[in-house]
Amino acid sequence: MSPEPRMVEVRKNVLKQNDVIARSLRERFRNEGILAVSLVSSPGSGKTTFLERTLTLLRPPYRVAALVGDLATENDAQRLARSGAPVKQITTGTLCHLEASMIQKALDGWDTGKLDFLFVENVGNLVCPSSYDLGEDLRLVLLSVTEGEDKPLKYPTIFNSADVAVITKMDLAPAVDFNERALDRNIEAVRPGMQILKLSAKTGEGMQEVLDYLHKLQRLRPQAASMS
Amino acid sequence: MHELSIAMSIVEMAQEEAELRGNVQIQAVHLRLGLLSGVVKDALLSSYEMACETTALEGSRLIIEEIPVEIYCSNCEAQRPVHSIQYFCCAECGTPSAKVTRGKELEVFALEIRE
Repeated sequence: MSPEPRMVEVRKNVLKQNDVIARSLRERFRNEGILAVSLVSSPGSGKTTFLERTLTLLRPPYRVAALVGDLATENDAQRLARSGAPVKQITTGTLCHLEASMIQKALDGWDTGKLDFLFVENVGNLVCPSSYDLGEDLRLVLLSVTEGEDKPLKYPTIFNSADVAVITKMDLAPAVDFNERALDRNIEAVRPGMQILKLSAKTGEGMQEVLDYLHKLQRLRPQAASMS
Repeated sequence: MHELSIAMSIVEMAQEEAELRGNVQIQAVHLRLGLLSGVVKDALLSSYEMACETTALEGSRLIIEEIPVEIYCSNCEAQRPVHSIQYFCCAECGTPSAKVTRGKELEVFALEIRE
């Protein structure tokens, strides 16, 4: 045994296994023409209500389905099933986030080839989900007006991992003296140029913009034939 | 708090590397941790100790090098440090940028081994 320790270079991504699965999911979604959209937010920001509304409005004409991650209960899946779309629950137990392998397992044996959209609702958490690629095409970060305008500054990492900010519960804005300009400024500070959609899933205000946006992305999504 | 599962992945990865090299003893794992990786340094350090328990890595150290966030600045036409993690603009000229070029690393960089 040599007395001196020596350094050996490794250079391996710790989340490599997750990234490999995420990549294969992304390829699968692309080949099947599915636009995969994930949702992250704090608990209670209105992910499930937003998703229920979105699923209902997209269908028909679109064929949509959802995977919903939750720590313990299946309540969210039951709520989402009211939209008429196929919904599968992923119960994570004590795990605070979804990983690509859970998506893969949940999709196992599910004929997703006929879908246009697959929504993935992450566990309510603004920290842990940011590290894990789920193979989604689009990640929405949801924030309700009751949570405070400075939330993007407190959780810059998740805002940086997301593509679009969705501001929910806009119908409550007057009641909580919501400062819209401050929130816009804070989102712009942590993620310059980030698209912001503002809505109330309860009243339906702003939902048309969401549908238009999703419709546009589904239409423009890269086709399997043009895959490089 | 997902640092424990990250720590367990690090231990697993290091063990595999040790086996590949003929079951060498690992004294330290050097990790590159980006400030935008979503992983908290202190939580990871304490999780690492737990993850090492009853494994061949028990007693080894985790040495973390924190990687600052850099963006591509279209004005400077270069990679530049970000003003702050709350303010994604070029630290030198103030041009906003969302093109992150560095700071998401979560990488086992090297191992200190004893043969």
